[in-house]
Amino acid sequence: METVYSILGTILPLEAYQFNFMKNAFLAVLLLTPLLGLLGTMAVNHQMAFFSDALGHSALTGIGLGILLGLRNDLVAMLVFGIIWAVLICVIKQSGSASADTVISVFSSTSVAAGLLILARGGKFAKYSALLIGDILAVTPGDLLWLLLALIGTLILWALLYNALLLTSVDHFLARSRGIRTRLVECAFVVMVAVAVMLSIRWVGVMLINALLILPAAAGRNIARSSRQHAAWSVVLALFSGLAGLTLSYYLDTSAGASIVLVSALCYAVSLAVRSARR
Amino acid sequence: MPLHHCELCHIDLDRISVRRGGQILLQDVSMHIHCGQLTVLIGQNGAGKTTLIRALLGELPHTGLIRHVDGRGLDIPHLRTGYVPQHLQFDREMPVTVRDFMAASLSKRPVWTGVGKKNRVRVDEALAAVSADGLADQPLGSCSGGELQRVLLALAMNPAPDLLVLDEPVSGIDRNGLKMFLDTLLDLKAKHHMAILLVSHDLRFVREYADHVVLLDKSVLSQGSAAEVFASQEFSAVFGCSGEEEEAE
Repeated sequence: METVYSILGTILPLEAYQFNFMKNAFLAVLLLTPLLGLLGTMAVNHQMAFFSDALGHSALTGIGLGILLGLRNDLVAMLVFGIIWAVLICVIKQSGSASADTVISVFSSTSVAAGLLILARGGKFAKYSALLIGDILAVTPGDLLWLLLALIGTLILWALLYNALLLTSVDHFLARSRGIRTRLVECAFVVMVAVAVMLSIRWVGVMLINALLILPAAAGRNIARSSRQHAAWSVVLALFSGLAGLTLSYYLDTSAGASIVLVSALCYAVSLAVRSARR
Repeated sequence: MPLHHCELCHIDLDRISVRRGGQILLQDVSMHIHCGQLTVLIGQNGAGKTTLIRALLGELPHTGLIRHVDGRGLDIPHLRTGYVPQHLQFDREMPVTVRDFMAASLSKRPVWTGVGKKNRVRVDEALAAVSADGLADQPLGSCSGGELQRVLLALAMNPAPDLLVLDEPVSGIDRNGLKMFLDTLLDLKAKHHMAILLVSHDLRFVREYADHVVLLDKSVLSQGSAAEVFASQEFSAVFGCSGEEEEAE
């Protein structure tokens, strides 16, 4: 890790990056934003922005249940619960019993309420309020390893699933007629999003996680014409917002997560302008 | 001795029935779809045309047998179908080019990493075969109805199917585009000698192009050449007039 720190110290001759916690945060942003940016392209194409929002909220329940069950590791509780929750929403959505956004809304509010119920017992919620806004400056080298593994895992799965997901997002029936198991592919994608969201939520926070997933992809979509451009723009904008937001937050003494999201929002505004200028 | 007397391979539908929620959607549909022929399915809305197609594609549970048989009546183990849907309902703002869309179905390489040289050529060739050259780099969402049909046809033709199924592909295209699309279809039929099953409402087109016509209303009411089916009593009963009158409209 010392080697990585000294390399970072050399390539980032800024006052902000003298400190190891800023270097850790920098690396976390470097791993996390491309991961979310890439997954975001499909979340946007599949019109799942609301879904990922609900997924972020379910982290509260995950931690709550982890405490009830006496699990010492929050992350495991969140991951297990997040995956189950995601698959459940996916299956109910596919059964077509109610319109998708209604289903998601029911799930979202239920999980927030259940999470609050458990976490706020005896007025102890303040202990968990950090979860709502996240703290990227608290990332440790051990956490970075998790993020690195998640990024590698996602890239592998993403390579295997992307084409099938793309066809499914264009037309389910056509995709099925070409031998794609659309339900399985969709559920696999949803699980990937769940894992990415749960891994990042402690650093970004329940309230802002969805912005990191959706904003760069939505901005990329305004500029891109092809799938490749979409992926590239989304990753570049996510990285840019992440690193610019983190650096600015140090000098302006603001919340890192909020600064990152505001830079993304600015990118989105610029992308809209680019798009309307083209027409 | 097989019941049929054709020299070539065909797809044999034997008493296909589909029931859903206690309702009979299809009852004992038996027909042959010959390779090298254009078979057209006609009938009123709700007659079960799309249901039959979905059963044929393995999308709907059904009873009865679907066999792919060669000229001697022996089973060919695999039936490869190509499907052209009626229309695509998709988000037209999606940043996906025709090339992305085609390459995503033709190759394993994830298209967000780009489309390789070999696959670029493959997509270009597939599009050229349906006279859709030059569409490759257009966003999918900016294609007109007729252009989209060609792209879908190009996709259904790769890999080359034994049976090409088209669900009313000619709706939403102007007369000129229609003529071009059908000529392309006939061209493909001649070149690849595959079986084509097409659903159509356009009776004028049916008389002009169909090799075999099947009139469907839950079960097969009448089948044969266009002239035979159009002259049948069942045809007048379904369409409320004879084929001649309908065409004159």
